[in-house]
Order: sequence, then C-alpha cells, then structure tokens
Amino acid sequence: MITVGVDIGSVASKGVLLNGEKRFSTVLPTGWSPRDAGEKILSTLFRESCIGRQEVDYIIVTGYGRVSFGQADKTVTEISCHARGVAALCPEARTIIDIGGQDSKVISINEKGKVLDFAMNDKCAAGTGKFLQVMANTLGMDVAELAASEDPSETVTINSMCTVFAESEIIGLLARNISKGGIIAGLHQSVGKRVASMARRLGAREKIVFTGGVAQNAGVRRALEEELKRTVVVPEGCQFTGALGAALLGLDI
Amino acid sequence: MENNTVEQFMDIRAATVAKMLEEKERGMKVVGIYCTFCPQELVLAAGAIPVGLCGTREEPIPAAEEVLPRNLCPLIKSSYGFAVTDTCPFFNFSDLIVGETTCDGKKKMFEIMQELKPVHVMQLPHHHKAGASLDLWIDEIKSLKTKIEEEFQLEIKDEDIWKAVDLVNQEKKALKEISDLNRNSPPPMSGLELLTVVWSGGFSFDKKELVQMLEELKKTLESREVDPKSAKKPRILLTGCPVGLGSEKVVRLVDELGATVVAMENCTGYKTLELMADRSKDDPIVALAEKYLNIPCSCMSPNPYRMELLGRMIDDFNAEAVIDLTWQACHTYNIESHEVEKVVKDKGLPFLHLESDYSSSDEESLKVRIEAMLEMIEK
Repeated sequence: MITVGVDIGSVASKGVLLNGEKRFSTVLPTGWSPRDAGEKILSTLFRESCIGRQEVDYIIVTGYGRVSFGQADKTVTEISCHARGVAALCPEARTIIDIGGQDSKVISINEKGKVLDFAMNDKCAAGTGKFLQVMANTLGMDVAELAASEDPSETVTINSMCTVFAESEIIGLLARNISKGGIIAGLHQSVGKRVASMARRLGAREKIVFTGGVAQNAGVRRALEEELKRTVVVPEGCQFTGALGAALLGLDI
Repeated sequence: MENNTVEQFMDIRAATVAKMLEEKERGMKVVGIYCTFCPQELVLAAGAIPVGLCGTREEPIPAAEEVLPRNLCPLIKSSYGFAVTDTCPFFNFSDLIVGETTCDGKKKMFEIMQELKPVHVMQLPHHHKAGASLDLWIDEIKSLKTKIEEEFQLEIKDEDIWKAVDLVNQEKKALKEISDLNRNSPPPMSGLELLTVVWSGGFSFDKKELVQMLEELKKTLESREVDPKSAKKPRILLTGCPVGLGSEKVVRLVDELGATVVAMENCTGYKTLELMADRSKDDPIVALAEKYLNIPCSCMSPNPYRMELLGRMIDDFNAEAVIDLTWQACHTYNIESHEVEKVVKDKGLPFLHLESDYSSSDEESLKVRIEAMLEMIEK
C-alpha cells in the first residue's frame, strides 16, 4: 500500500510518502496559497519517489490548509496526526509538545497513540513560531540562527506575551545595550514558559516529545526542559511528524 | 410539511414584534428581562408580556464599546449595544427593564442602562441554600412585585401569580419534553433546530399559544423520519454560557463537522427546565423564590446542582463528548469549567473547553479544536 501525508502549515508545508518500508519526505514554504503548496508537495514527492499519482492508495491532508486542498481522500486534524506520527517515532511518548507557525499545542496520548486530551494556544501568537520569527526580524537575523546565538547565562526576562508589545520591549532592551544573546535566551524562555504551563495543565507525563518546526530550535527545547524540569526529546525529522502521522493514518483506512 | 413546524418557531420573533406594535397602542405593557433569574410569573400575573433582551449578535458591540470596556463579555456588550443604538424592537417596547446582579459586568452595566430606560435591579444572593439568601431573595421578589404594581398602577393578586405559575410550569414541561426527544438515537432535531425552538420560544407573545405549538411540534417530531445514518453522528452535550441565534457558531460548527449537539445545558437550554414553582406552598412569592434560587448558574457559589445535572444529562442523552463554551471575560463560567472537566472526565468522555466571543474571527481555530475532539470519540 502506498500512502501520502501532507501537512499544510501556516509557514511550511510538509509531505511524507510511504511505500512499504521506503519513506520520502519533503518540505516547502507554504506562501500565500495553501492549495498550491499542497500541489507542489505532491509533485515533488511523486518525482523523488518515482511513483505516479495513480499508484497512491490514499492521500491524507492535515494542517490549517487541509480544507482548501481539493485532492485529499480524507482530512484529519493536526492533533490526531501528530499523535499517530509520534507514536510511530517514539512509542514511549505520552506527551507531545508541538509548536508550529501559528499554533502551539500539547497533546496527551496513551500507549497506542490515541489522543487522551489536548490544549492549544488561544488566538494570540504568544508561544508560537510566529512570535520567534517576528523577534528574529527585529534582531536582524534569520529565525534559524536564533538557537546558536543565545546566551542562557545572561537570560533577560521578556515580560510581554503579546508579539507586538514584545517587539517594542526588545527594541527598548537593545537601546539599553543589553546583550543580544541574553535577549534571545529570554525569548526562548518566554515561549518555553507559555507552552510548559499548557503542558502542566494536561499533566505532562513522560516521555515528553517535542515536534513541529520550532522543535528545530535547540534553545526552545532547553527552555522547555528548564521549565518542566524533565527531559524533552526531539525526534529526528521533528518537522515531518504531522505529515508522517497523516500518511500512517492512510494505512489504517 | 414537517419542516414548517420548526420553521414556525423562526417566525415567532417577527410575529411578536408585529403583535406588540398593535397591542402596545391598546395599553399592553412589556417588561424586558435579561436573565432566567427574573421571575416572569410576576410579569404575567400583572397582565404584561415578559420578553428576553439578552444580546446574541455581534453588530451592536462596537457602539457598546464606546461606553463599556472592550474586555467584557460579548453578551453584556451586545445587550447594551442594542439598547443604546435603539436597534432592538423589544427594548424599545419595554415599559420596564428588570436586571439582576448575576455578575459584576451585568450589574454595573445596568447602572449605566438607567440613563436609557427605567431599570429595576434585583439583588441576587449567590448562595442557593435557604436562610439569609432565601430571605433576601423573597424580599427582592416582593420589591419587584411592588415595582410592577406601582409602575403599571395595578395590584398583583396571589391567585394571578398561581395562574402564571401554572402557565410557566406548563411551558417548562413542554420545552423539556421537546428537548428530551433528542435522547433518542438518531436524535430527531439537529443542534440548530433545538436551539431555534428553545430560543425562539422565549419571544412568544402568548405562552398558552407557545405551549400548544410545542405540543404540536412534539407530535411532528415523534413521527419524523430521521435518516438512520445520523445515528452514527457523535452526540455532543453543550454547556456553559448562554447561546442564541446570532451567537450559535459553536452549535453550527458541530453540525457542519458531522456531529450533533443533542442537548444544551445552559440557561437558554435545559438548565431551568426541571425547576418548577411548588404549588403546595401557601405563599406564591416563597414558591417563586425557592424555584429561582435553585437555578444552577455559575454565579452561584458553590454550584453543585449544575454538576449533578450535567452528570445526569451525559447519561440520559448518551453524550459522547462535552463542549463547555465560555464567552470571553465570563469569569464564573470560565473558572467553573475546571469542575465541569472533572465531571466529564470521570465519565471517561472527551472534554473541550472553548473560549470565544460573538465574532467569526476564530472559526477556523474553533473548527480544529472541535474536529480534534470528534476524532477522539471512539466509535
């Protein structure tokens, strides 16, 4: 059986094609059209795996763009897909922290990867990838550079939860010649605090697995571990967990 | 043919506006109320028409925010907004407004509303047990009676109150019987239909007519042919803040996502349907006071009857998940969600707490949450 999982997120779109033991994955910026992004993901996967569209049994689509994408055999929420993906990558996982572009969520799962409960951030961007992206711009760097530039020994507490106010706060800190590394560590701490409190609400049972695009940032992982006083595991290919889960759910149909 | 019966309820509001226009000229009095705590039996006993004024729409909120804080519950903002912009015919018709101190936001809003109309505010105690709270509430109901008598220059006789008690009890009974039809699988009514019936009924001009309509609707629904496939739809119990047409987005989204809101434990739904004034009391005022003080609103502390009612409703309606909807800045329902969660999780069911307002800005994010909750239901 051949299945494809497509996860159209607010910032990045991810795709995973499963052909027996073989797995192909790809990632692209979503841009303004989630539909086009999904199409591109599919054509890239078909090209790289040398598999034709007609050979695929099921295409499962998740992420905020799931509704606008016409080619899905089924759409499933990110929550169920992450649970399924993590259960495959790390069967001991009981808590998933997923931080993407516009959402952060905590999912509690059982030994079978079934969702027991979940919590999501409210309408605001605090504790999401978007928050970090805006701050990286203010600091004149790429979001991917943040982790390597942080200095946890000089962590400055960022008080504003609101992205717009936090930006002003940082501009103020920079004006006072506060070290950039300390500010970045403070930003990671801010995201960590926000998401850790959601995780504690759900019980934060071990093992705790961190997924989504922001899981690539080692600074946020460090901050989460400090806040939760537990080890937080980042599986390889953390960004593809949702797409992988979607492809695996295709096998269950 | 049968659809007409639920649709009839959608026309109640407009029909009442037309009738009131006529009857007001003949001296008919209208009393605007904002809460199920207002003993409408007194209004009926005075020969006046009680009408609910709670705002359920987004449109007048910007006007309300010129006076009220933005970070306030949308129901209070919408209610005040309709009043201040004079866009609600029922507010316009009201000869007297009755408010009550259910929450901090409402009680302070009523102070400001006095600039627009005569508002009588009932001081609601926040404890449901007999004793000082009941004594206070009896006094408050007596004051309301005096106020209505003075305002409309008449005397409310005990026998008229008892007649009104019978009528309101009949209405509750009829509404409960309709609501209970959704215990069946498949449920004969969608969530939106249920909401349409119970919410629109509150605008009826004549309760006797309403009771008759409800009884007829019950017959129609009992013989309604429901697609057996809809028995597979997840059965959702909705609780939390009041919902009406205009603020029905969660009910609609649940329907759209392939599930059914089979019951609503909120003040526009099932919350007050079991509460009836005790006919065996000597004093109708005491009977009313006891009835109303038992309403399990989150403004009561503690509020055990709500948890008991929810537990029973989960069983009676075979709910497979519970959504607790809190309107932004409604602290009592927001905090009480913690207790509700325990009741639901003890039953082993998925629980979803949503915080929202009347705008459509968060519909996509609400959808993800509701969909994920539906995916959690084991079939």
